Amino acid sequence: MAMKISTEEFKERVEKGIHNSFMRGAVAGAQDRLRTRRLEAAAELGNWEEWRALGEQIRQHTLQHLDYYLMQLSENVAKRGGHVFFAQTAEEANEYIRDVIVKKNAKKIVKSKSMVTEEIHMNATLEAVGCEVIETDLGEYILQVDDHDPPSHIIAPALHKNKEQIRDVFREKLGYTKTEKPEELALHAREMLRQEYLTADVGITGCNFAIAESGSITLVTNEGNADLVTALPKTQITVMGMERIVPTFEEMEVLVSLLTRSAVGQKLTSYITVLTGPKDEGDVDGPEEFHLVIVDNGRSAILGTEFQSILQCIRCAACVSVCPVYRHIGGHSYGSIYSGPIGAVLSPLLGGYDDYKELPYASTLCAACTEACPVKIPLHELLLKHRQTIVEREGKAPISEKLAMKAFGLGAASASLYKLGSKLASSAMNPFTVNERISKGPGPLKAWTEIREFPAPGKERFRDWFKNREKGGDE
Amino acid sequence: MKVTLFVTCLVDLFHTNVGKATVELLERLGCEIEFPEAQTCCGQPAYNSGYVKEAKEAMKHMIRTFEHAEYIVTPSGSCATMFKEYPHIFKGDAEWEARAKKVADKTYELTQFIVDVLKVEDVGAKLEGRATYHTSCHMTRLLGVKDAPMKLLKNVKGLEFVPLPNAQNCCGFGGTFSVKMGPISEQIVDEKIHHIEEIDVDYLIGADCGCLMNIGGRMERKGKPIKVMHIAEVLNSR
Repeated sequence: MAMKISTEEFKERVEKGIHNSFMRGAVAGAQDRLRTRRLEAAAELGNWEEWRALGEQIRQHTLQHLDYYLMQLSENVAKRGGHVFFAQTAEEANEYIRDVIVKKNAKKIVKSKSMVTEEIHMNATLEAVGCEVIETDLGEYILQVDDHDPPSHIIAPALHKNKEQIRDVFREKLGYTKTEKPEELALHAREMLRQEYLTADVGITGCNFAIAESGSITLVTNEGNADLVTALPKTQITVMGMERIVPTFEEMEVLVSLLTRSAVGQKLTSYITVLTGPKDEGDVDGPEEFHLVIVDNGRSAILGTEFQSILQCIRCAACVSVCPVYRHIGGHSYGSIYSGPIGAVLSPLLGGYDDYKELPYASTLCAACTEACPVKIPLHELLLKHRQTIVEREGKAPISEKLAMKAFGLGAASASLYKLGSKLASSAMNPFTVNERISKGPGPLKAWTEIREFPAPGKERFRDWFKNREKGGDE
Repeated sequence: MKVTLFVTCLVDLFHTNVGKATVELLERLGCEIEFPEAQTCCGQPAYNSGYVKEAKEAMKHMIRTFEHAEYIVTPSGSCATMFKEYPHIFKGDAEWEARAKKVADKTYELTQFIVDVLKVEDVGAKLEGRATYHTSCHMTRLLGVKDAPMKLLKNVKGLEFVPLPNAQNCCGFGGTFSVKMGPISEQIVDEKIHHIEEIDVDYLIGADCGCLMNIGGRMERKGKPIKVMHIAEVLNSR
């Protein structure tokens, strides 16, 4: 699968993540900053819970009527002279985009940020036919310059790098001579990119929200790069996941407001651009030709299932920015371009359990994600549903665990078995107990005691104490 | 007032003192305690591991055991949350959904019960020292009980309360997560301990034995001298 970013095993990836102290420092710092800013932005808007409920309602309504709105969108794009292509698979999307590029005899492509093009691995397809594809989002640009390092966060793809590392990448790859000051680094990237916009044949963008009523696309950035990508090249291709759609401008306004606040704690980003089709006669800029590629790639299979709510996602990454697991292992450990809680739910759905079976377990179920989500996706419950699917339908759980849980089910459903079992537990633990503590536990306790002490079961269970006391033994 | 105690399996087997403190505290506040002997576990270990069928058997047993109660009180935010989830889990099964709802509606976490039902904020407890409080995730985010423990701790004589930096972050327990994802759990709990040490306290207080076993067990392994107490024990100190 194209969204896969590593061939290593999950355990190895986690091990690497945990030992990457640069990354962990950068991630923890960013999480703390983003959290504070998000909470401030939500408070500033006021009635945050009502806004969330509205966001959820809009997303649920749109998914409920997705076929209708997609039809409306494509009709309106066509009315304005644009081309619409529905791609069922990543391959179909890539073939269509490649054909447009080849027909235009394009050599250079500038591109603004897009997760779905990462998901379908579009750049590689275009590079294979001799095109130069240049990422213009600063984070994506840094990663591209650094030998295509994969993104580790949905909205801050280079989050795992600090400014010193970026300086070194620029020095090595771009002949950069200045310091690690962010302003100087950004200025250098801007100078390098300006020339590319002017000479590019095609601009490719993602899409935050398509608007069905007008056939428009909405692009949200802080750098203004998407505006240059769509203003200068003669041909524009926009690639969107099939669920990234709203009925009207009114809903777009609500969702953009939730998106920018949740993603980066801003009321609005510096640029919010709405584009409709190719340029009209008399317009000074904008593309002469506009293509909208609507990508399914596994999404329609999620519709109508117990996982449907994951399609409500507006890719703000608030869940990623509050996740305690992501905090300590970083984005690359997920092995998917979608990391954090959204990645742990979405990656197995789009990429299959074979590659992503560990991800639903990479969560403490602390529900920080569910609490942060601006469109109220019950992320931790969806992780539970994955676990249930893995156990019940996929049959991928280890035998020892199945037996233990079977025993648990029997024991916890029977008062007498539970009483007997809990009494036996105390004597079974005796050989491992020193000073009422177990430091090297057997069986399932082994993993616990590799890290922590475990309390030995008390000589007297609570229920024994209570019974004795009722009899008057304690009075 | 008659209170039916759901003591939780962790307290029954490993943290007997927490159960004793809960009983003594509630009795002092005028409650009459009933302890249904048939109680086992809320089913969370199986449910959270994806074994819903097995978990439901445990849950049905617990519903049968507790549905007669007037008030169900438990010294665990996480296990109270599980009881509250029962109706959602049995959705579509009209009989059990209704019975589950009856149980869920009268379930209270200990501090929530004391503050919201008994309307008591000062239980007359006394404990000397500096202390901080770990806000467990299920209790704060899913059960929505945030203020009750703070109100009660504020009135403990002699206790100097210090807020915990990054309190909102999970301690890394997560039930089976703590053993399935040991290396990640270790990193998360170590950050928690780092923050606890930063504020130089004598006591770490919490309302969930799972979290306390995790943080306490790790602190003990690392030889940290901070004492871990369940809030029932603190409120029962005199």
